[in-house]
Amino acid sequence: MEEEKVKIFIMGKAYQVPKGLTIMKAMEYAGYQFIRGCGCRGGFCGACGTVYRMPDDYRLLVGLACQTVVEDGMYLTQIPVFPGNKATYDVEELRPVLSDILKLYPELTRCLGCNTCTKACPQDLDVMNYMAAAMRGDIARAADMSFDCLMCGLCAARCPAETVQYNIAILLRRVYGRHIAPRAEHLAARVEEILDGAFDESLDEVMRLSRAELEALYNQRDIEPE
Amino acid sequence: MYELIKAVEATRQRRYDERHPRLSPEGKQQLLEKFHPDYRPDTMRPVKVGVSRGTVMPHELVDVLESWSRLDPEKFPLDKIDYDVDVLIIGGGGAGASAALMANENGADVLLATKLRLGDANTMMAQGGIQAADKPNDSPTLHYLDVMGGGGFANKPELVRALVQDAPLVIKWLEDLGCMFDKEPDGTMTTQHGGGTCRKRMHAARDYSGAEIMRTLRDEVKNREIPVLEFSPAVELLSDGEGTCTGAVLMNLETREFLIVRAKTVVVSTGGFGRLHIADFPTTNHYGATADGLVMVYRLGGRLVFLDATQFHPTGAAYPEQIVGLLITEKVRGLGAQLVNIHGEQFVYPLETRDAVSSAIIRECVERKKGIVTETGQYGVWLDSPMIEQIHGEGTILRSLPAMYRQYARFGIDMRKTPILVFPTLHYQNGGVDIRDDTSVTTVENLFVAGETSGGVHGRNRLMGNSLLDVVVFGRRAGVAAARKARHVESGHLSLAHVSDYHKELEDAGLPKDRISPILLPSYTRHQAVPGANPAV
Repeated sequence: MEEEKVKIFIMGKAYQVPKGLTIMKAMEYAGYQFIRGCGCRGGFCGACGTVYRMPDDYRLLVGLACQTVVEDGMYLTQIPVFPGNKATYDVEELRPVLSDILKLYPELTRCLGCNTCTKACPQDLDVMNYMAAAMRGDIARAADMSFDCLMCGLCAARCPAETVQYNIAILLRRVYGRHIAPRAEHLAARVEEILDGAFDESLDEVMRLSRAELEALYNQRDIEPE
Repeated sequence: MYELIKAVEATRQRRYDERHPRLSPEGKQQLLEKFHPDYRPDTMRPVKVGVSRGTVMPHELVDVLESWSRLDPEKFPLDKIDYDVDVLIIGGGGAGASAALMANENGADVLLATKLRLGDANTMMAQGGIQAADKPNDSPTLHYLDVMGGGGFANKPELVRALVQDAPLVIKWLEDLGCMFDKEPDGTMTTQHGGGTCRKRMHAARDYSGAEIMRTLRDEVKNREIPVLEFSPAVELLSDGEGTCTGAVLMNLETREFLIVRAKTVVVSTGGFGRLHIADFPTTNHYGATADGLVMVYRLGGRLVFLDATQFHPTGAAYPEQIVGLLITEKVRGLGAQLVNIHGEQFVYPLETRDAVSSAIIRECVERKKGIVTETGQYGVWLDSPMIEQIHGEGTILRSLPAMYRQYARFGIDMRKTPILVFPTLHYQNGGVDIRDDTSVTTVENLFVAGETSGGVHGRNRLMGNSLLDVVVFGRRAGVAAARKARHVESGHLSLAHVSDYHKELEDAGLPKDRISPILLPSYTRHQAVPGANPAV
């Protein structure tokens, strides 16, 4: 059976590839062995950001190569790394207030509200509005809204104000996680117990058991109901 | 395919109240022995060379172990040292990043070298969660029992103890670093059961648990300005000529320049072997999971354990072609989706252990011929996802499985309305390099191994939520141990004598000369579709 083919342009060069492949598999079909531009192959790592355009359309579209299916006439190139600014900081010392965020990323206020970042997000995140939340100092909301970010950098690549949404977003999430989210008290208590050696004896004991004894204990253990 | 889906819809109402019987212990054993790839004699052979000579392992792994180095040990010059450090960390996933942070904290001069980008690792892809006994009704001892039971009681006890005892410590460490774990409004961690747990101790960060941990660790490595070399995999470890590790040779993947690193101690955390496609299975694994660490450590004399035990996840995507092998989280079955054959009949209780469900699916397709064969020749059975909304109400899938829903929606499949096709997929390397509880390699000095590259902690079968835990616990331990050890070690002589010896063994065993490893990258291009043979890199 003859496979149905589509014509795509990889960095300007034409290839015939089977219909239905992802951009990633189509590039491999064409003969590219990835070094960059390929990571988890499952939409989790943001290594394979790709910019493309369809025939007779001026607009630039974006997607992850591992998640986007090729279409006839697609004209594409990968952006495997984007040289966005990354501030360095000690999350411990930061305060969860806008002024501390602005010290690290003063360009945050340059946002023009054009929404290009939102249109560029392969995860369909509302990037412009999490940036707006950040500018209001609503770190919790920005952290929540940006949570599914893969840090592919396509938002920053398209931003006319040259802000680095994805790097600002991880700062906000870490500040939220460290300074705003309520702490797990049971966790702190358990850590104390472990450091005090509270479980040493019972662990010594199970480690001394014969395999049969251990198996019996395992089979008798009670299971917490759903 | 529409016609086939009708058969599933036709029986859905009837199946709503139907509970497929669980396997008896004997039934399960028979099923495993007949259909699990671990038990199939045609998938493995004993390795002919090295310290674990005679040990049976999958063919694809033995192929890369019975391979020649990329370097000619007689000719390769080692006199020009490019980096001279206390601790070299090879691999930039969860274990490597944790090790880098702890080694840095312990005062060591650290270099982290990784094959792809920092954070390119299976850690990034783990969805389900991370186990830790931190609730009042739980204890490290109960966690210990679960780990041992899950592993078939074959696990190395000292490693299991380290895993369960450090678990709450690492959750606290991650919380302090700003990881956004799922919590109740009062700060209590939201925890769930996983397969084989006796307490609800699975912590999560929505269904991006691994990604949240990995990006936090990566951000912290960058904040501390720890030197990182990306796209620079190690291709060989260096020794002092008497079996002590003294550094490594890296290769810049893009320029093919070799770089020589002298280090007082070395941590190998390069991940597992998923991309070797053991027994020809598709895999859930990251592009870089090509067993590089196993190969290099083995050549230097590290013992390999439990590598005949491979974890196949029962539900990998079988359709559409673009996502074949990708993980469909266990949570889908946990929420009530049943596994059904081409006639719309259940054939296994959906929450049997992973190995049993995998075997039952293979039996249904291969022996009973009641599976579905897709256009590309891929076997599959139905995972009846619409059942979830029938049981828990509309909106459950969007709320509980957003990443999964998004995955299918991208290809025009609405898993709320139509069932999805699944087949077992290669998920995890249960075994690896034999280590002590400080991650030091039992048979090589000044060498540490952490994460999926190591073996023993999970015995023959890892439980869900213990791999993220493994990489952080043992990554941290490796960083501490390597930094402390480095304080008392003089930088050593650099030699590839162990590679010469290994080559001699290969020669004596009459092994073919055309195999070179570590392979570094899998070959998926049409023009070099020979697994393991990779002339391009």
